[in-house]
Amino acid sequence: MERPRAVSESVASTIESARASASDRSTPAIQLVRLRKTFGAGDGTVVAVDDVDLEIDQGEFFSLLGPSGSGKTTVLRMIAGFELPTGGAVLLDGVDVTQRAPFDRDVNTVFQDYALFPHMTVQRNVEYGLKVKGVGKAERRKRAGEMLDAVRLSGFGNRRPTEMSGGQRQRVALARALVNQPRVLLLDEPLGALDLKLREEMQGELKAIQHDVGITFVFVTHDQGEALSMSSRVAVFNNGRIEQVGSPRDIYERPTTSFVASFVGTSNVLSAALSERLLGVAAPHTLRPERIRVVDATHVLDDHDVAIDGVVDDVHYLGAESRVRARLDDGSVLIAAVPSDGLAALIAGQPVRLAWPRRAASAVIESVVQPEQQGENQ
Amino acid sequence: MRLSLLSRLGLRGVTVIGLVFLYVPLVVVVILAFNKADSTLWPPTGWTLDWWRQAWHTSAPKNAFVQSVEIASAATAIALVLGTLAAFAMSRFSFFGKSAISYLLVLPIALPGIVTAVALKNTFLRRIDLGFVSFKVGFGVHSIIIAHSTFCIVVTYNNVVARLRRSSPNLLEASADLGAHGLRTFWSVTFPLVRSALVAGGILAFALSFDEIVVTSFTAGPGDQTLPQWILNSFGRSKGVPVTNVMATVVMALSIPLAWLAQRLSDSTESIAGRR
Repeated sequence: MERPRAVSESVASTIESARASASDRSTPAIQLVRLRKTFGAGDGTVVAVDDVDLEIDQGEFFSLLGPSGSGKTTVLRMIAGFELPTGGAVLLDGVDVTQRAPFDRDVNTVFQDYALFPHMTVQRNVEYGLKVKGVGKAERRKRAGEMLDAVRLSGFGNRRPTEMSGGQRQRVALARALVNQPRVLLLDEPLGALDLKLREEMQGELKAIQHDVGITFVFVTHDQGEALSMSSRVAVFNNGRIEQVGSPRDIYERPTTSFVASFVGTSNVLSAALSERLLGVAAPHTLRPERIRVVDATHVLDDHDVAIDGVVDDVHYLGAESRVRARLDDGSVLIAAVPSDGLAALIAGQPVRLAWPRRAASAVIESVVQPEQQGENQ
Repeated sequence: MRLSLLSRLGLRGVTVIGLVFLYVPLVVVVILAFNKADSTLWPPTGWTLDWWRQAWHTSAPKNAFVQSVEIASAATAIALVLGTLAAFAMSRFSFFGKSAISYLLVLPIALPGIVTAVALKNTFLRRIDLGFVSFKVGFGVHSIIIAHSTFCIVVTYNNVVARLRRSSPNLLEASADLGAHGLRTFWSVTFPLVRSALVAGGILAFALSFDEIVVTSFTAGPGDQTLPQWILNSFGRSKGVPVTNVMATVVMALSIPLAWLAQRLSDSTESIAGRR
């Protein structure tokens, strides 16, 4: 990744002062204390954010991950100041800003639809924040120019946002926010509108920029792959609550709830009854498909392995690996991801034996899964 | 879409006939305004500027023209303020009965003018007693202005609503996020965003008021006469016809560029960023 590196370095130099002023590394950049937001009143009340507690450290690339309506965007909007919490507090660098207007907070936002001002040129869009703060013309021209260079848009200053592609607009939005040298950058599904290739390119660029400027990034996404690949830590949202906070590895390998297990990657959830029978523990367990092997009936299990018989429902060929759906005798379904070679014999209706290492299954708390909520501002 | 040669020729023919039907009468009026003959004789026997001189030296058509401009300006101003306020309220807030109010706002333009006229006449001639204050609207320039505002609001409202609908709802938040206070956001973002929609809506409202005749006739005071009223009256007398042709030509010459401008501003292809 040659290019992103160069880009991020030039961004870094323009934001150096922000890093220098990131005073006390021990104070969390953001603290959410029993943060709550409800929409509507009376019987129609929708709880969008349900008493969320969260600490985000200085310099983190922190993702808020969850399905639409899970409250992640509402949390972001309360940090930005666009929504007033129904209860609880938002602290930035240890200072309570809950009641402060968006223009009184040292955070900037990259919006999902970019929200570039259509009547201004790209240059004036990027200069806007500086102009509002009273930065002189020469200075803001210089800083905006540097920031446009940094996002590889030098020479585009006189264009209108409408004359640019989605990826270019996205970078203008990034430049417009970063030029203000905020303490925290909030990103609301900024890659959602881009096609896959551009998206992957921007993921690398964003991560590199964040790494070099050292600003705290709070990144809202519903894409678990994006969250896992970019973040230092992830908070998984469901029904207005945080189900789990942890490193991408924690979230993926040691999900604590059944929701996290199934939302982040594909996962099998073994019921409490089945777990008791197989593992001797009467609590639901999750099991990643890639940990399951298809074995012969004659296969000798060692002590660490667990095995169960089932009937093949379906074999889904994905190239290097295949997904085998097997129905167990209690009616539940297990999905195994196995290498495609040597699977030729497997067909639907055929009996199959599945085995996995005992420690591959981890106990989880059964999540409350409710129908999709309304009221989240997307 | 592929069409057969026959249907292509057929559609082309119908289009030409339609346009000819619409625009030939306008051309005829302009030609008649310069026609030498003292009547609507066709074809013209020669050219003259006599009718223009006559229009210039008669006070009635000029006064009517000025009165129409005054009324249209006032009605447009009222419509711009109220229509814009309504448009912002409807696009920014959601509340009980919102769709009903949205419907009521645009209804006046669909109502037959005669219905509006009778309703307003009935209201304006009565003394309205609210208990703590009682008043009567009466008839005059002011009542025409009020009456015209009712349907002028619709076009300004529609233009601004359309503009706001096409812009990202996050623009005002983005401005606040970048450090701008409310007033700053208004002057730097909100107003420039709707400016051309206001101009377009204003032109359309002005045009709507300028040629209104049904509601005007019912709400005018005894001494008031707008240009459409004057033209209608003069047209009845054969001696007046040539001067009405002149006034019609003047109005046409003024309104064509304005209509073009309104069309350009409201239908402009500048798509608003942030909408995918």
